[in-house]
Amino acid sequence: MTGIIDYGVGNLFSLKSSFAAIGEACVVTGDPREIRQADRLILPGVGAFEDAARKLRATGLDRVILEEARRGKPLMGICLGMQLLFDRSLEYGTHRGLGLIPGTVAPIADSITPGLKIPHIGWNILHFVGKSGIFKDVEEGEHVYFVHSYHAVGCEAYTTAVTEYGGTLTAAVQNGSVYGCQFHPEKSGEVGLRILRAFSEF
Amino acid sequence: MITKRIIPCLDVRDGRVVKGVHFQGLHDVDSPVALAEMYSAGGADELVFYDITASAEGRKLFTDILCQCASKVFIPLTVGGGINSLQDFDRVLKCGADKVSVNSGALRDPSLVGRAARLYGSQCVVISADVKRVDGVFTVFSRGGRDNTGREAVEWIRRCVGEGAGEVVLNSMDADGVKQGFDLEMLRCVSEAVDVPVIASGGAGCAGDFVTLFRSLPRVDAGLAASILHFGETTVSDIKRTLRDEGINVRF
Repeated sequence: MTGIIDYGVGNLFSLKSSFAAIGEACVVTGDPREIRQADRLILPGVGAFEDAARKLRATGLDRVILEEARRGKPLMGICLGMQLLFDRSLEYGTHRGLGLIPGTVAPIADSITPGLKIPHIGWNILHFVGKSGIFKDVEEGEHVYFVHSYHAVGCEAYTTAVTEYGGTLTAAVQNGSVYGCQFHPEKSGEVGLRILRAFSEF
Repeated sequence: MITKRIIPCLDVRDGRVVKGVHFQGLHDVDSPVALAEMYSAGGADELVFYDITASAEGRKLFTDILCQCASKVFIPLTVGGGINSLQDFDRVLKCGADKVSVNSGALRDPSLVGRAARLYGSQCVVISADVKRVDGVFTVFSRGGRDNTGREAVEWIRRCVGEGAGEVVLNSMDADGVKQGFDLEMLRCVSEAVDVPVIASGGAGCAGDFVTLFRSLPRVDAGLAASILHFGETTVSDIKRTLRDEGINVRF
């Protein structure tokens, strides 16, 4: 059973539907007991970092997630949920994240050629720079769907995939059993479902 | 690098997909769920659903159909038609929409774009504009193309982007349904005026029209197509193959 953490941020309908499509049980929940019972966790999220981080703390779910992740339970952050895994974000000020993966979330504007459109929206190619179990059924060069204006930097040791957009952007990370995807697997068609299926096997 | 997107557009009325010529003489085409699955399997990069009668008749979007589509199709979904309030945003987002397109609702209450962008993020807010030349001026129409708002299009779109709209769908009413190619002149004016993705709508008649679009206007990010797809004159994969053969970056 995969627990999709509901803390009032993001589009959980599609994530839930993706698990149904791959025939994997999941529960969308903000209940600490259910989160502790789940075999693995997904931390979703869209919107602003500060607001999401505040909601996680207000619900007390930040502590639950940290405890579960430190016990080795597989955890995957998606998009803003991935950004929350890092030490800090520079989105409108400096805000503290969960600190499960060393690194900082910074504007992509600092990493790309000026003049390109921001946010980075659309389908882009995954280039693997390390091995990660979630990509066991994905080939180099396959496309996934991105929507973001910030990405993780200073996390080279943990980066498993990057994408090119007038510069190199962090697409996926892993630190032990903690995984992060900057793109949306639940919106990346067949390729995305393969990633979620691989995660479901952990 | 990011690919150019091909986006089938499903105009929905009474639970069916329809597509008219110049917004009149609508022909029933097929079930939205069946079409959505077919397009997704065929390589569509995204889907747009418009409830084309909602803004005129106050009809609510058929959220059950949206839910069914979002349960079966795992590519980005944009929903428009009858979006007049934050409650409308909430309603369609809960049914699996990723982006919400506002048109008449923003014309009635221009603060809607900014309020929605602050609440849901700019990536969620699409400004859709139905634009027609009136005495040589690009003019915005509301209510499914029925009412001339008297607003100049480039200025209106720029204002909406300034308020936080993260994407623009530009529908040329002059080109819509006649299959003579996209309205390059209108698209050039708008795509040069804003820094967010611009999606071309109206006029696609064959795969080659997409080549012309992206060749002529590299700043245009995506092309919408309806009738040529719904009536089987071409397919998403035909369009993409043609683009790839011409050296334009697309997802396969």
